Amino acid sequence: MEFFDDGDYELREIQKLEGHTDRVWCLSWNPKTGINGVPPIIASCSGDKTIRIWEQSGPSQSWRCKAVLEETHARTVRSCAWSLCGKFLATGSFDATTAIWENVGGDYECVSTLEGHENEVKSVSWNECGNMLATCSRDKSVWIWEVLPGNEFECVTVLQGHTQDVKMVQWHPRMDIVFSCSYDNTIKVWWSEDAESENWECCQTIGESNNGHSSTVWALSFNVEGDKMVSCSDDLTLKIWEANTLRMESGDGYAPWSHICTLSGYHDRTIFSVHWSREGIIASGAADDAIRLFVESKDDSIDGPSYKMLLKKEKAHDMDVNSVQWNPVDHHLLASGSDDGTIKIWELASTSTEMPEASTESTESTASTEKKALQKLGMTTLI
Amino acid sequence: MYVVSIRSKTMVLDTAVEDLTEEILDQPRYGFLLGWWVSPDPIPCTKPACIPELVNYVRDIRDPEHPYSLEQLSVLSEESVTVDEKLGRILITFTPTIQHCSMATVIGLCLRVKLKEFFPPHFKLDIRVAPGSHANEESVNKQLNDKERVAAALENPNLRQLVDECLYSNEL
Repeated sequence: MEFFDDGDYELREIQKLEGHTDRVWCLSWNPKTGINGVPPIIASCSGDKTIRIWEQSGPSQSWRCKAVLEETHARTVRSCAWSLCGKFLATGSFDATTAIWENVGGDYECVSTLEGHENEVKSVSWNECGNMLATCSRDKSVWIWEVLPGNEFECVTVLQGHTQDVKMVQWHPRMDIVFSCSYDNTIKVWWSEDAESENWECCQTIGESNNGHSSTVWALSFNVEGDKMVSCSDDLTLKIWEANTLRMESGDGYAPWSHICTLSGYHDRTIFSVHWSREGIIASGAADDAIRLFVESKDDSIDGPSYKMLLKKEKAHDMDVNSVQWNPVDHHLLASGSDDGTIKIWELASTSTEMPEASTESTESTASTEKKALQKLGMTTLI
Repeated sequence: MYVVSIRSKTMVLDTAVEDLTEEILDQPRYGFLLGWWVSPDPIPCTKPACIPELVNYVRDIRDPEHPYSLEQLSVLSEESVTVDEKLGRILITFTPTIQHCSMATVIGLCLRVKLKEFFPPHFKLDIRVAPGSHANEESVNKQLNDKERVAAALENPNLRQLVDECLYSNEL
């Protein structure tokens, strides 16, 4: 049996969020919202030097801009990330600083500014416990910061190794391992064997010679188990990687990542963003203005797992798609940000729910069809 | 720190100015091909038939110290512009005057800024140096088409000033 048959699903636009006056670079869902009656919140950052906080609320359940964080960054805000507790937002800017914002009763206050990078900060990422932050920059370095009491941040180490601009930094979802990808076409894996020490080192470099990318690697993301990783690149491909992380979690030393699959022939311009949902759906956004979704194919293959496209949303935006992010709570909600200055909230839905008018069935049965479709989506945990 | 003299003005660039700028500003040939565009505002045009208009739109680039235009230096010709109206894509290949021309990235940057006004915003613009025309062809092409690097470069006040002088100054 094959899940996610082609053409069964669509991305339905729920709302377009307008407000930024320049391109939207990055989005981040607040992981502690959208549950227990707390309305969902998403942050966006832009070339207009601001960060906007959007909330879904009111009787219409529409998205509204609740706050504009401005006059802190002097240049483009390139990256934003909520800490896992949902209380802090880190933002990285072309002004070479990283700002830490604290949510105090709905107001956002800049509680700390991290300086040190020589030039543009390109990406920020919190580790799973929220006690460490990683940043990267065009200065070719990755910095690891430790969170100390009183909103103090101390640089633990500066990781040098990339030969160019570092585009993105990302923590592993379960272990304190840092992944960075770069304009030098490589992905580097940084790890400190002794968790207490500051002895971070580059354990692996994934480059073109070991099935890696042949141009700038823009982003990467992990599946929920953390044993697979997807990366996207200016070489127009997505690559899937795998590692024996269980062995590593049990303290058996570093487990290297190996290439299992390359998805090519889909996007025909630079792929800027990729995000793996908790349900196993990979979303990608690219300079061809399109969003594509991929899932593991159940076709038996002697070569190991293979992936196929679930759907493509052409003209998802009027211009390049820079960021795609699945909601961590409602697994069918996807947000995208674009050069066109807008953010779109999408719902992944079964196409069979699209034609209630065409059906003579009662609304009750339509609702039940929808429920079934969503159940089907929810059930398809892809192993 | 780089100290650069442009038209008897001296700009002091901080150490944050790198990559896109350092190659350019390091070298004494900085002034080569700098100039001014003196063209009327264009009406956005997306047809291949508009290529002559496009080339005309940028032909006035001149070196402030030499009375040559882009056209006279054969940096850009009608043949070097390809427009795919259906896909909304434009490819421009320009020929730097010498193999090691350090101004190639600045010319490319200026072309990108200027032509943003020429095409509707959803058009995709690729700018490349002509094959074999530059010693660091691959590196120049990669930089010119990395929109993040381009965006960052244009936020750099010194580089922005350089580009703006190319684009908007019309005094000689």
